[in-house]
Amino acid sequence: MQTPKTNQQKKIQVDSSSMDRIHPMENVLRMDRIPHIWCPGCGIGLAVTAFAAALEKAEIDLSKIVIVSGIGCTGRVAGYVKLDSFHTTHGRAIAFATGIKVANPDMKVVVFSGDGDLIAIGGNHFIHAARRNIDMLVVCVNNFIYAMTGGQVAPTTPLTAYATTCPFGCVEPPFNIPYLADSSGAVYVARWTTLHVRRLTNAFVEALNKKGFSVVEAISPCAQYYSRINRLGDGLDMMRYYHDNAEIRNGEDTKNLDIDFQGKIIVGKFIDRERPSYTDRYNEWLSKVKGGENEPG
Amino acid sequence: MKADPSGVLTGTHNLSGNQACAEGALSAGCRFLGVYPIAPALEVSERFLQRAKKASATFIQMEDEISALAAVIGASWTGKKSMTVTSGPGLSLMMEHLGLGIMLETPCVIVDVQRVGPGLGLPSQPSQADMMQARWGSHGDYELIALAPSSSQEMFDFTIKAFNFSERFRIPVAIMSDQYLAHLQEDVVIPHAEDIRLEPRRYFDGPKDSYLPFKRDEDMIPPMVDIGQGYKFHVTGLTHDDRGYPIMDEECQELNVHPLVKKIRDYTDEIIEVQEANTEDADVVIVSYGATSRAAFKAMEQARGLGLKVGSLKLVTVWPFPEERVAELADKVKAFVVPEMNLGQVVLEVERCSYGKANVFFIAHGEKGVENTDDILRAINQAVQVDNIKDGIIKFR
Repeated sequence: MQTPKTNQQKKIQVDSSSMDRIHPMENVLRMDRIPHIWCPGCGIGLAVTAFAAALEKAEIDLSKIVIVSGIGCTGRVAGYVKLDSFHTTHGRAIAFATGIKVANPDMKVVVFSGDGDLIAIGGNHFIHAARRNIDMLVVCVNNFIYAMTGGQVAPTTPLTAYATTCPFGCVEPPFNIPYLADSSGAVYVARWTTLHVRRLTNAFVEALNKKGFSVVEAISPCAQYYSRINRLGDGLDMMRYYHDNAEIRNGEDTKNLDIDFQGKIIVGKFIDRERPSYTDRYNEWLSKVKGGENEPG
Repeated sequence: MKADPSGVLTGTHNLSGNQACAEGALSAGCRFLGVYPIAPALEVSERFLQRAKKASATFIQMEDEISALAAVIGASWTGKKSMTVTSGPGLSLMMEHLGLGIMLETPCVIVDVQRVGPGLGLPSQPSQADMMQARWGSHGDYELIALAPSSSQEMFDFTIKAFNFSERFRIPVAIMSDQYLAHLQEDVVIPHAEDIRLEPRRYFDGPKDSYLPFKRDEDMIPPMVDIGQGYKFHVTGLTHDDRGYPIMDEECQELNVHPLVKKIRDYTDEIIEVQEANTEDADVVIVSYGATSRAAFKAMEQARGLGLKVGSLKLVTVWPFPEERVAELADKVKAFVVPEMNLGQVVLEVERCSYGKANVFFIAHGEKGVENTDDILRAINQAVQVDNIKDGIIKFR
């Protein structure tokens, strides 16, 4: 799927100057890379739109923010936003971003990636960055499936849902991402669907201003793979499902946020607390070390 | 460019190889160490941490070696010289990000304190069995630079050299140490900061909107910028163009990946370093690297004492391999003797580059002690007696 689209993308010359109107988010998007590779009905674009709006709303200095993505559909986000941006290896975006944050604590660091990338192959980095409380925003776009590779079962696929690698229905219980983030030590945890664009944007604003490890889960339709194999209609039908089944419960105990196949989706802001970040603690440690006196001979 | 005095512990110090490595890194301006603990590499981190405050250096112990090298690559893009240190099992885990570092053309240093494998092997015994993994372990086509120190002093010197190469060529550089060197205590002379020559990172200084992260200068090395300087650049581990944008076709693959290999192969004259002794009149040349070269040099002197014409070729840079020099020597000598602390790795390169013109004797060295010369001398004796080419090629002991 990827190859022909990207080739096509190369040939189309987008000359924004010849357009009547300038795209309202042109200062945040790499217009020379549009059109993007995401399928019609996909929610990742909405998550990016909300993120771009949040950058403006939070009045972030765009040269002091860096975005790191892993691999997969959402992994492509870093390539479409006009910031210092890194498209790294599968699952390792948080580890890469940790190096950036620790080496240059002045940077605001965002990891934007998918559920398979962050929670399966990157699960270990996710929990450890949360435990250390590395000051970064992790946006996890959860579409319940590995979409870039054609619809394999993910660690977020609801029980009984179909995927190409669970043709008789998923037999593995999925991760409850907010619960995982909460119990690992994240200081800000929220979940919204891409239908809740305004609330998602506000969550990004809050999380960007929050010091510490913040997780925003954005539940997104995969209208191509998850929806098709499960006969859930198109992107709009999935948005309708969110509309009818999402229930806002701010402050809900994260234990109660499991998602059943086509069941209720509890959304809201669940965790907002204070803990010293890794950099705070590291600097505190440094200030206690006697400068030079411990120098080995 | 001269060294930052805050990281340079000028004077003569009795240091283990691991400690000397940490001192070398700090002298070279390394200000970020990302590691996962593994024997026998631990003292590098410990020494680095002891000195971190004075040098304003940052340290993080990550959750595994995969994330350690990922963090190092990320840190390097903030403008901090960065390093990780590991041993065999950790190096295996780092192969993914070795490839990423090469693809993103990120300067960084990977120290591999080799221990015996495969699997968990012998964590407390020396080995040189990661040589081929460093060269070929990551998928896809690449070149890298690997240095093999043989003493605490060389651990210090080569660590600085490794950082210089990594900045000069925008590439991860490997230092192939081993458990023997790691715990060997020797005097190390650390010069004054102003006497340490460092290769500065090449920066782009054009307008903020015109930076292309992979646009090569005439010498094939693209200048860098730091995260946070306002260039808003993009880089990807996918096959990419000068802008760092992914392009999924063969043409771009050639434009992207061929230079990754060429920027090293075209500069082998600048990179490759060997140390030769008595090769002018030699019938037999011992090719060695790392800790093994200590025994090799001793064996050469003992053989000379017995009246045998033996020389020594010690590889400072194992990768890229000194193909031309080995080929030249193959024309002149009867045989090469290659002792290694493995079951035959770099010997394959020696054999390849001798084009069938000289015998190649391999010795799995070190079982009786790294500095023991018995097996090398036995191979030399055998080598001088064998006349027919091919009679002596690669035998295990």
